[in-house]
Amino acid sequence: MKDLKSQPGKPAKQGGLNAEIQSRIGHQLRAMYDDVVRQGVPDRFAELIKKLDVPEPSPQVGNAGDPNDGRE
Amino acid sequence: MPLTDQLRDDILASVPSLRAFAISLSGNGDRADDLVQETLLRALANIDSFQPGSNLPAWLFTILRNLFRSDYRKRRREVEDADGSYAKTLKTQPAQSAHLEFEEFRAALEKLPQDQREALILVGASGFSYEDAAAICGCAVGTIKSRVNRARSKLSALLYVDGAEDFGPDETVRAVIGGSGG
Repeated sequence: MKDLKSQPGKPAKQGGLNAEIQSRIGHQLRAMYDDVVRQGVPDRFAELIKKLDVPEPSPQVGNAGDPNDGRE
Repeated sequence: MPLTDQLRDDILASVPSLRAFAISLSGNGDRADDLVQETLLRALANIDSFQPGSNLPAWLFTILRNLFRSDYRKRRREVEDADGSYAKTLKTQPAQSAHLEFEEFRAALEKLPQDQREALILVGASGFSYEDAAAICGCAVGTIKSRVNRARSKLSALLYVDGAEDFGPDETVRAVIGGSGG
């Protein structure tokens, strides 16, 4: 029973992987992931999405100093 | 579907986990954020193809994964980033005592084949069902299950070769197990 080689075709359920190791891997994985999740939404992304919210600004007519205004 | 306020809020709410996924995949914070940005632009440009009521995070993760895949193929010949690039992306460094173990874990994760790593992250960290993870990766549910199992086996072999009994719980785990009092 010493050599618990992985048997192909047979899923190693609890064979070599005890529950404690599995739970530690799960903890580590989530800790690593959640560290980034907790950083929230960086400004660049919030602005990116917000920008797409604003409808295309219609060209303002009659602006003072409008370069297109200079009729000859 | 048009870009409603609700949809925009939902997309925004997915950004933190998209970043976490991107960093887990690429191991590089700058590249990960570029990947997220491209994902958002791609999603917003194709918002009409999003089916209302379907799983928005899964849709976004699919876009990100596909972008990463094409990006990865392009860059696979480039030199991999030096160790520690992942840790540098973190604003909150893990506590000193846990840092070494954290780095070990990260290094082990990067040794996994791409397919196994993404399956493990989607199921074990992002919290997707096997079905959603299969849809994101474009493969069968059974394939995802076997990738996750292989990823776990390999990680435990890399990290805990000598068995858990030789390896006392670190402080984080002890705190979780024993509560705050200890």
